[in-house]
Amino acid sequence: MTEGNWAVRAGGLRKRYGDVAAVGGIDLEIAPGEVFALLGPNGAGKTTTVEILEGYRDRDGGEVSVLGEDPRRAGRGWRARIGIVLQLATDAPELTVAEMVGHFAGFYPDPRRPAEVIDLVGLTDQGRSRIRTLSGGQVRRLDVALGLVGRPELLFLDEPTTGFDPAARRAFWEVIRSLSGGGGVTVLLTTHYLDEAAALADRVAVIRDGVIVAEGTPGDLGGRAAAPAVVGWQDGDVRRSERTSEPTRLVADLAARYGGEIPELTVTRPSLEDVYLELIGAER
Amino acid sequence: MTASAGTRAASVALDAPRTPLPSVWRVGLSRGQVELKAFFRERQSVVFIFAMPAVMLVLLGTIFSGERTGPGVTIGDLYVAGLIGGGVMATSYQNLGMSIAFERERFTLKRLRGTPMPAAAYFAGKIIQVLVAAVAEVVVLVAVGLAFYHLRLPTSAMAWWTFTWVFLLGVASCSLLGIAASSVPRSAARNGVAVITLPFVVLQFISGVYVPFYLVPTWLRDIASVFPLEWMCLGMRSVFVPQAVTLEPGHSWQHGQTALVLSAWLVAGLILCLTTFRWQNRQDR
Repeated sequence: MTEGNWAVRAGGLRKRYGDVAAVGGIDLEIAPGEVFALLGPNGAGKTTTVEILEGYRDRDGGEVSVLGEDPRRAGRGWRARIGIVLQLATDAPELTVAEMVGHFAGFYPDPRRPAEVIDLVGLTDQGRSRIRTLSGGQVRRLDVALGLVGRPELLFLDEPTTGFDPAARRAFWEVIRSLSGGGGVTVLLTTHYLDEAAALADRVAVIRDGVIVAEGTPGDLGGRAAAPAVVGWQDGDVRRSERTSEPTRLVADLAARYGGEIPELTVTRPSLEDVYLELIGAER
Repeated sequence: MTASAGTRAASVALDAPRTPLPSVWRVGLSRGQVELKAFFRERQSVVFIFAMPAVMLVLLGTIFSGERTGPGVTIGDLYVAGLIGGGVMATSYQNLGMSIAFERERFTLKRLRGTPMPAAAYFAGKIIQVLVAAVAEVVVLVAVGLAFYHLRLPTSAMAWWTFTWVFLLGVASCSLLGIAASSVPRSAARNGVAVITLPFVVLQFISGVYVPFYLVPTWLRDIASVFPLEWMCLGMRSVFVPQAVTLEPGHSWQHGQTALVLSAWLVAGLILCLTTFRWQNRQDR
């Protein structure tokens, strides 16, 4: 029963639109309780991949198991165990936030209390407001509430914090951390924001042209942990820098040379952003 | 036990929810409640759906008040019956066609599809909303007819039975046609009116809603008689202005044929819905 050890498992996932291979053979394994981030530019195949896992799209090839079932054939019982936060907005403008969350709660066998979910996403003061009166960020938080109300074991978040202000984003990260840490919820996240992936994800995969080009923890993605560091210092009037895979030894040598404090010392490793931009082949 | 059977048994046990899923009926009633709230709070569409036929009734009844009719028949009475037929189709076909097209375009359907809401509950909610709106529409038009014209409510049980089956068959077949029509426009916002509303407006002119049926040229009446609206209006005239039978082209109410045509549309609409209904729009599959 290797299947049971993975919340999500996909092998050789493929999907074409006409002549275009949107997904060209993707393998994914996400453990229960893990927060997994899928990074990639627009059109890389993120949404197609996630929507196949959510059961929205058919695949052309490959094996998929999500919570032990094939999403293509899964029924209500399976949908009750997942939560999907879509990037959308404008439905039911005349309902109130509390009515909408309460209504969705009624679809599930063991939902969270609507008021609790509304508090969790920070819409306490908007509970009795009509949805059409909410700001863009508040609507996104409502979307998140609707994805959470069924008490999912697996949560799909498609660019969840687009349109959030920095404070709301931090608050949202706390929500996700509390779900995955204490709640044991598995989270599959797609995002444009590298800081978001770094802050939330246990593992990150970078997708480009329908294939995964790198996978790892945010700390060691693309060999970042082992990548050469750049040591810089001020040598009289001249700024010097050196690339080295042994920065500690270089710093020790420099310390000996300067007899203690090294003038304006910096040690930098490639940031997640540097690695990411290199992986997706972006012009620097 | 084979390996595949073992895997299946294990996965079924894994999937069994801790508590049972809510019943289709419960979710369906909840959908109906939400549909009704959303419908009646949308002031613009409520005004359009209810006030428009009432205003048309007063206007048309006044403009054509001198029109020659049959013995004991006023033009206003004919308009009450015709507009009830048109109003039933407006609250079923047009309302569902447009609202579902928008729900698909705005990803409401997609979001619902991602939850354990049963598909049947979604349609149950629509049925509840349409039935309430259609009954309300009939009440409004009958009230206007009683206030401004000489409309008399039928007293025989037979007439009410006719009303009931014409109303229900009309609502059901036009609802299914509306659901099917919702898939036709590429974009609800850009061409929903042209694709869904325009054919309905044309039908209202040739089926005895805006123009008394006996004044419509024969060849247009023949076209109209293919579609359900003409038969719904005919049925409503037989209920609310039975004395006007002499004005009918066939000098009879043709109840048998009415039931037959509406039932045929019911079946056709059901087949269309089952084969064309999609939870996502074309660009999103």
